[in-house]
Amino acid sequence: MSPLRRQRLWKIGLLLGGVALAVALMIQAFQQNMMFFFSTTEVAQGVAPMERDFRVGGMVVENSVQREPGSLIVRFTLTDYNTPLTVEYEGILPDLFREGQGIVAKGRLNAQGLFVANEVLAKHDENYMPPEVAASLHSPKPTAQGQVE
Amino acid sequence: MLAEWGVFALICASWMALLLIGLAWWGAQHEQAALIQLAVAAAWSVFLLTGLAFAILIVAFLQDDFSLKYVASHSSIPMPTMFKVSAAWGAHEGSLLLWAWMLTGWVAAVAAKPGKLSAQVHARTLAVLGFVSLGFLLFILFTSSPFERMAQIPEDGLGLNPLLQDIALIMHPPLLYMGYVGLAVSFALALALLWQAHAPREAFAWARSWTLVSWAFLTLGIALGSWWAYYELGWGGWWFWDPVENASLLPWLVATALIHSLLVSEKRGVLVGWTLLLAILAFAMSLVGAFLVRSGVLTSVHAFATDPTRGTFILLYLIVVIGAALALFSYQAPKLAKTKPLAFVSKESALLFNNVLLMVMTASVLLGTLYPLLLDALNLGKLSVGPPYFNAIILPLTVPLALLMGVGVFIRWREDRLRRLSRVLLWAGLLTGLCVLMGALWVLPDVEGWLVAGVGLSAWVALTASYALWHHARNSGRLSLPSFGAMLAHIGFAMLMLGVTLSSLYGVEKDVRLAPGEHYALNQYQLSFVSVAQDAGANYLTTQARLRLYRGGELVNELHPEKRLYIGHKMPMSEVAIEAGLFHDVYVALGEPLDDQGAWSFRIQYKPFIRGIWLGALLMAIGGLIAVWGRYRRVSA
Repeated sequence: MSPLRRQRLWKIGLLLGGVALAVALMIQAFQQNMMFFFSTTEVAQGVAPMERDFRVGGMVVENSVQREPGSLIVRFTLTDYNTPLTVEYEGILPDLFREGQGIVAKGRLNAQGLFVANEVLAKHDENYMPPEVAASLHSPKPTAQGQVE
Repeated sequence: MLAEWGVFALICASWMALLLIGLAWWGAQHEQAALIQLAVAAAWSVFLLTGLAFAILIVAFLQDDFSLKYVASHSSIPMPTMFKVSAAWGAHEGSLLLWAWMLTGWVAAVAAKPGKLSAQVHARTLAVLGFVSLGFLLFILFTSSPFERMAQIPEDGLGLNPLLQDIALIMHPPLLYMGYVGLAVSFALALALLWQAHAPREAFAWARSWTLVSWAFLTLGIALGSWWAYYELGWGGWWFWDPVENASLLPWLVATALIHSLLVSEKRGVLVGWTLLLAILAFAMSLVGAFLVRSGVLTSVHAFATDPTRGTFILLYLIVVIGAALALFSYQAPKLAKTKPLAFVSKESALLFNNVLLMVMTASVLLGTLYPLLLDALNLGKLSVGPPYFNAIILPLTVPLALLMGVGVFIRWREDRLRRLSRVLLWAGLLTGLCVLMGALWVLPDVEGWLVAGVGLSAWVALTASYALWHHARNSGRLSLPSFGAMLAHIGFAMLMLGVTLSSLYGVEKDVRLAPGEHYALNQYQLSFVSVAQDAGANYLTTQARLRLYRGGELVNELHPEKRLYIGHKMPMSEVAIEAGLFHDVYVALGEPLDDQGAWSFRIQYKPFIRGIWLGALLMAIGGLIAVWGRYRRVSA
C-alpha cells in the first residue's frame, strides 16, 4: 500500500468511526428521550409505562380544578369522555389553561394512580385543540390488549 | 377593485418568470448575449410586479378593506397602523407573498450583479432562480391568494393574534425569509455549475458573498425570534426545540457549513462536490422548513395553515426541485471531482471536519423533528422527543466543533506542522486555562463540568479569534475586513456559548406564591409584592401587579408584570417585567390569583448573561456582513 493510500484509508476510517459514534449517540439519546402519548383510558388500562415520563392529553373536566391552600399545588381531572384521570401539578399553569379546554400534561404516574405532571401545555391559540387530544377523543376505543380495532 | 390588480400583477409576474426561464436558458445554450440581457430585464419585472402585489396588499390593510378574507381575518379597525402593516405578513397567505417578493428581489439582485461569473453560468443561475420563483408564485395563485374576496363584508375584522402584536415580531419574519430565500442563490449557482460540469474558483467566491448575506439575515431572524419567545411567551426560555424553531435551525446549520466549505473551494479548488451538495442541501432545508410550517403537520404559533392542498403542493415542489437537483448532482459531480488528496494537518481538513460535525448536528435535529411526524403520519403511534434528546446530541458535538474553531483559524492551508501549530496555540491554551480557573473560582463551590466546558470553549474560541486577527494584522500591516468579519463572528459564537452556559447552569427559575407585602429573596436581590390593579389599554384590559426590586436594601426598580386580555380574543396574555442588564436579567411573570388573601403566583427568574445569547448572534450577523462588505470593496477596488 502506498503511503498516500494508507493515509487516505486512515482518514476515511477516522471519518467513518466518527460518524458511527455520532449515530450511536444519536440513537441512544433518541431512545432514552422518546416520549409516548396516551389517552386517559389507555392510562387506566395500564398501557402507559410506570417508570418513565409520558404525555397524557384530554379535556379538563369542569369544576375539577382544586388548589391546595398556601402552595402552588393544583389538582384537576382530565378525561377523554370515557375515563377520568387526576393530575397533580405544582407551578404556574399556562395562560390558556381553562376548564373545558384540551391540554397535554407531561409527567409520570405515581403508585396511587395519580398523574404527577412536571409540565402542562396549552398551546397559544384559543381555538386550538392539541391534535393528539382531538384524535384520542374521536378514535375508536382501544381493546384490552391496547390495540386499536 | 385594487385587489384584483394584485392578482393581475401576480399573474403577470408568473408569466414574466416563465419568460425569464426561457430567455435565460436559451441565451445560455446558444450564447446569445442579447437574450441574456432580456432575461435580466425579465428578472427585474418579476421583482417589480411581485412588489406591486405586495404593496397592494398593504394598502388593503391600511384601508381596512374587509371584503378581502385575509384582511378581515387578520386585522381590525382599532389596531395601530404599525400592526396593520405588519399584519400583512402575519399569516400564511401574506407571509408567502412577502417570501416570494424577497425571493424575486434576490433574483433581481443576481441579475444586476453577475460579478465574475461567466455569462453562461450567470444566465443558467437566473434560469434556475426563475424556476424557483415561478413555483412560489403559482403556489400563491393556486392555493394561497391573499386577495380572495368574501361574499359578505363584515363590519370589522377579527384582529391580529395578540402574540404577534409586537415590534420584534414585525421584523422576525422578513429577516428570516431574507435568509431562507437567499439560500436559493447558491442553490441555483450550484445547479448551473453542475450543468456545465466545470466549477471555477471565481464562482465559489461569488457564491460565498451571497451565502454570507443570507446567513447573516438567517442568524438575525432566528435570534430575534428567540428573544421574542423569551419576553413574550412568559416562560423565560429562549429556545424550546420546537419543530418550528428546528425548521429555522436546519438551514442555518447547513448554511454555516456551506460558508466554510465555500472558503475551501474558493481558496484551494478542492471539496468542490461537497460544497455543491451543501448548496443544494441548504436550500432543501429551507424548503423543508417551509413545508413544516405551512403544511399544517405542526401546530404552533407559527403554523399557519391546515389546508392539506398547500402541504401537498410544497411537498411536490420540494420533491421536484430537490430531487432534480440531486439527480443532476449524482450524474455530474463525478466529472467535477478532483482527487487532490488533503493533508491531514491542514486548514482544508479542519474545515472539512467542522463541516462533518455541523452536518451530523443537522441530521440529528432533522431526525428528532421528522421522526415523530412520520410515525404519526403512518399511524404507528404518537410520540415526541423533547429538549433532552436535542441537548444530549448538540451539546457534546459543540465541544469538538468549538475546539476545531480555535485550531481552524491558525492552521495553514495545504499542509501545516503540528509542532508549529501547537507553539502558536500554546498561549491561547494557557490563557483559556486561566479563564476557566477564574470562572471556577468565581462560582466556587458550585463548579460543574459543563461550566468548565462552556467557559473554556468560549474563552478558547474568543481568544484564538482575537489572537488570529492581531497576528494577521501585524504580519500584513493592515486590518483585512473579511478576516475581521470572520473573527467577529467567531467571537459572537463564543459569547453565545457563554450566554447559554451561564444562563442555563446558574439561572434561577422559581414559581412562587406571594401575598401582598411578602418578600422573596433572589440571589443578591429582594422582590416585594405590593399590589395588583385592573386597567385598560388601547385594545386590551389588563391586570397589573406592582413589585419592588431591592438590592441590598436599596430600591432598584418597580416591576409591573401584566396579564392582558385583548378585545375580541378570549386568550389572556402575559406581559412579563424584566429588569435587564448586560450581566443578568431579573424576570417576573404574573401567574394566577390563588386565594382570598390576595395571594398570586409569580414566575420569578434570574438569568446570568442571557443577553450574551442574542448579543452573540448579533455579532455573528454583523461579522458576516462586514466580511461581505470587505470582499465587495476588494473586488471593486
